[in-house]
Amino acid sequence: MKILVCISQVPDTSTKIVLKDNNTAINNQGVTYVINPYDEWYALVRALELKEAGIASDIHLITVGKADTEPVIRKALALGGDEAIRIDADSHDPYETANYIAEYAKTAGYDLILCGKESIDYNNGAVGAMLAELLDTDYIGFATDIQVDGNTATVKREIEGGEETDTCSLPIVIACQKGVAEARIPNMRGIMAARTRPLKVVAPAAVGSVTEILSYELPPAKAGIKMVSPDNMDELVELLHAEAKVI
Amino acid sequence: MSVIVLVEHTEGNIKKKSLEAVQYAAGIAQKTGTTVSAVVLGTLADSEMESLGQYGAQKVLHVADARLDELHARAYTSALLTAAQKEGSKIIIALHDINGRAVAPRLSAKLKAGLVAGALSYPDLDKGFVIKKAVFSGKAFAFVDITSDLKVITLMPNTFQLNKGEGKATIEKLDVNFGDKDFGVKVKEVNKIKGEIPLADAQLVVSGGRGMKGPENWGLIEDLAKELGAGTACSRPVADAHWRPHHEHVGQTGGTVRPNLYIAVGISGAIQHLAGVNGSKTIVVINKDPEAPFFKAANYGVVGDALEILPRLTEAVKKLKAKS
Ligand SMILES: Cc1cc2nc3c(=O)[nH]c(=O)nc-3n(C[C@H](O)[C@H](O)[C@H](O)COP(=O)(O)OP(=O)(O)OC[C@H]3O[C@@H](n4cnc5c(N)ncnc54)[C@H](O)[C@@H]3O)c2cc1C
Ligand SMILES: Nc1ncnc2c1ncn2[C@@H]1O[C@H](COP(=O)(O)O)[C@@H](O)[C@H]1O
Repeated sequence: MKILVCISQVPDTSTKIVLKDNNTAINNQGVTYVINPYDEWYALVRALELKEAGIASDIHLITVGKADTEPVIRKALALGGDEAIRIDADSHDPYETANYIAEYAKTAGYDLILCGKESIDYNNGAVGAMLAELLDTDYIGFATDIQVDGNTATVKREIEGGEETDTCSLPIVIACQKGVAEARIPNMRGIMAARTRPLKVVAPAAVGSVTEILSYELPPAKAGIKMVSPDNMDELVELLHAEAKVI
Repeated sequence: MSVIVLVEHTEGNIKKKSLEAVQYAAGIAQKTGTTVSAVVLGTLADSEMESLGQYGAQKVLHVADARLDELHARAYTSALLTAAQKEGSKIIIALHDINGRAVAPRLSAKLKAGLVAGALSYPDLDKGFVIKKAVFSGKAFAFVDITSDLKVITLMPNTFQLNKGEGKATIEKLDVNFGDKDFGVKVKEVNKIKGEIPLADAQLVVSGGRGMKGPENWGLIEDLAKELGAGTACSRPVADAHWRPHHEHVGQTGGTVRPNLYIAVGISGAIQHLAGVNGSKTIVVINKDPEAPFFKAANYGVVGDALEILPRLTEAVKKLKAKS
């Protein structure tokens, strides 16, 4: 069984966002980039577990990004994976990203494609389901557990106010979140091995653009906090009722 | 040409957030000079569907196939494609929730339609078709122009206030040619936690952090939540320590909540935690440390011991409810 894991590079979770160029771009000076947590902690690690269990044979990692994303994909390779593919394009649109990945995946024939629940930069949570449509396969989002037996995947997924267990035949695209696996830390051996694993650079397919980000805005600062005495919870409740009108 | 909107329902009732989506579709229809066709999938009473007229839908396209009572993303996609084709629609709207996020991207990929995922505004038509959405987990907003002819939008729940009007939607049956692939995912088991308010949709949330000291004190959080009719959430270390179930973990690497009121108890307010809650309209912080960073993001603050304050707060809520 061949697995493809979609890896996205994102600013570290503690990054403070600063705008530039008249609010039309994010200032990436001083920003540290990491593997999108959902891709690393859950999708990638689950793929590795399936290989360790003898269920998966090959694990490929794919990222859509320019050359500056290579350190991050190398970091992913240090956790594991047999080879990495970088599609040489800068895309912040899930439609473009999914089309680039799908074009590559079509030629390689994967049984299972794992991605994260969403990328924590543009928060679309869309690439996985788009990939499934483009590859004419099923898709399960918000997965919390993935088992594969022969040609069948059994997947637990979050539903509103609970959980559901689904089965589906391969190939399938699954978007992972907490529960799917336990995060790992790369070790020295992995880091050394990652240097020698192939990282293939592929030119992007021709995909028309369908959206454009015109500008950004930072959230307004909170108007100032009202402190309430811990001995006067009646006052707090009154404020929430009469002033904030939320209860 | 009508605007298509997917309507979700549960146990015979249309979900409130779907009324928001219908109202949003009506706003767009008005701006673009067209009408709204709401798509209802599965079993639902006519009276319930007609009531969508009160939120601006002229027409309901009903696919009365009981298999659609559960999410089958490909079947939902087929139904919406059929509806859009029939109506010659250029704009399709769903919610930015579990179901919408399984369906809308498929429509976008299929129709080569630009997607805005998690819309927070109506489109600005003066500049193109520009919609505001949160990026970097609420640390910024982006203004995204959909440049393709066909457009798909998922609306963030709890973004717009509902305004109920008059009207009755007409109901049309919609026939969809489903194939085997549309039902490829088989549902084996469903476990719903009884009485639980789905966190993502909760209007009020009470959330606890490490300052709660241990799972034995969570009764205090639950009592307050029960009195308010609120959902309960927690910080990541609390879920990691198994004081609370994982689905309650909110933040950058957990769930996102956008309630009207978020009460944070014994949570320091790390940037990763704020990323999951910064869409809340009003934030109350209870923390014994006046320097806790969460106070900077709060509307109301109380400095003191949570274990003493929570019972008082619950009592005060009880008193308010007795009055009204
Ligand atoms: C990559 C990454 C991702 C992360 N993702 C998340 C995430 O999604 N969600 C998340 O929550 N965190 C996340 N974190 C962790 C985050 O950085 C913080 O460590 C975490 O939010 C702290 O949880 P806490 O506020 O409950 O605990 P603490 O930071 O220990 O804070 C406890 C607070 O309780 C107060 N307190 C103590 N006793 C009392 C009392 N008796 N009464 C009242 N107040 C009291 C203290 O003053 C303190 O402010 C992430 C971290 C990283 C590195
Ligand atoms: N640039 C990218 N390269 C590879 N995979 C990506 C990229 N962007 C997003 N993904 C994958 O798609 C998932 C959902 O991302 P998104 O739709 O951008 O929120 C991520 O968790 C990744 O697994």
